[in-house]
Amino acid sequence: MTPSSMTPTIRHPLPDDLLLAYTTGSLPEAFNLLIATHLSLCDESRATVAAFDALGGALLDSLDADADPDGEAGLEAGLQAVLRRLDRTPPEPPVRPARRHAPGIFPAPLQDHVGGDLAAVRWRPVGMGVRQAILKTGPGARARLLYIPAGAAVPDHGHHGRELTLVLQGAFSDAGGRFARGDVEVADPEVEHTPTAEPGEDCICLAATDAPLRFRGLLPRLVQPFLKI
Amino acid sequence: MNRMLTAIALPDFEDASAPAPAYSGRGGWRAFRPARPAASDGPVIDRRNGTDRRVTTSSPEADWTEALLRVRDHRDRAAFAVLFRHFAPRVKAFLIKSGSDAALAEECAQDVMTTLWNKAHLYDPARASVATWVFTIARNRRIDILRRTRRPEPEDLPWGPEHEPDQADALALQQDSARLAAALRNLPDKQRALIEQAYFADRSHSEIAAATGLPLGTIKSRIRLALDRLRHDLT
Repeated sequence: MTPSSMTPTIRHPLPDDLLLAYTTGSLPEAFNLLIATHLSLCDESRATVAAFDALGGALLDSLDADADPDGEAGLEAGLQAVLRRLDRTPPEPPVRPARRHAPGIFPAPLQDHVGGDLAAVRWRPVGMGVRQAILKTGPGARARLLYIPAGAAVPDHGHHGRELTLVLQGAFSDAGGRFARGDVEVADPEVEHTPTAEPGEDCICLAATDAPLRFRGLLPRLVQPFLKI
Repeated sequence: MNRMLTAIALPDFEDASAPAPAYSGRGGWRAFRPARPAASDGPVIDRRNGTDRRVTTSSPEADWTEALLRVRDHRDRAAFAVLFRHFAPRVKAFLIKSGSDAALAEECAQDVMTTLWNKAHLYDPARASVATWVFTIARNRRIDILRRTRRPEPEDLPWGPEHEPDQADALALQQDSARLAAALRNLPDKQRALIEQAYFADRSHSEIAAATGLPLGTIKSRIRLALDRLRHDLT
């Protein structure tokens, strides 16, 4: 049995720059949530992220350990401090606690965020039969769930930054192609698109959009000192 | 297909001089992995039971793996000290390169190494090298202190009958890691600098563009070149 028999065939995985940013941890929470959900459905993107993690490991390992300003004595003092700390910390249970997830259409990261599957979502109508639910996330980007009745089109929703749309159920089509479960459409601000759900099954998507002031918004005071240049 | 680095995972069984890097594990590599090679394609050692010492002492990667498994399985403090002396200064350098001051970097490096001890039971040598695992812990710690934001992990997927990792997977992964490190050393300085910025400086491409004055297109194509080159070096 191959993984492809368990996961859908993804025709639109995420581009490398977003997967690299997920690996390095430089994305706002809404994007992290969407990407973690996509990775739960897409082997190809998971493999890319695993490769980027490995590259991070190789980079870390290649750093000059002698550059430590505290030197050899500092290293040994640090080791002794940590060894004392280990005495005080009880070991964690040896088995990873299994997260409980209802069978449904939301992969685990999204269920964790929403607090359940589809039934836990509180939808609000936005017109033309389309419904949405804004998800609570940190600053820098917004995430929402979209419910598009079969055959309906998404009304113009005017995004300022980059918008990612991940299909969770059904499929939609627009000028960029056809998108089904696991696929992500990446739309830049200038892209005019009118996604239309396919007839037959209602389409449910997770969408994430940059807030207009993405980069300024991403630099709360704690981060500023770290970006010296 | 523009997946830049997935070729890193692609086994290279035709090349008899190089051991087959069948990168695998439940993290998705398996999707790209052909059937395991016949025993005659591999080294003369029995890789499945891995009892030959040459298997476990062939590279620094193997030594770190062995040390971490001793921490995982025997709570071995001497093995932990070996890992600490190697990785703690590198985690510290990683955080200092991210712009942290030395005191905060020291504190976080100690946190990361404590996490390594406490979460050692989750370590799977068929899934990540020790350096990769330390990187992900350090990355998560940096997200905690810098952004105070959440970064959900993907669902842990079942991978069918081949679920149990074995020695061959772990060994192949160590060999891949060694080759990746060598490829990284051979990267032109300009490309390496941008890869480092993307990883260490906690920056998006746009932020790197703003900081360096290079056009966004140049940054993206240089990072792509770097990833292409790494892929080329590994095939």
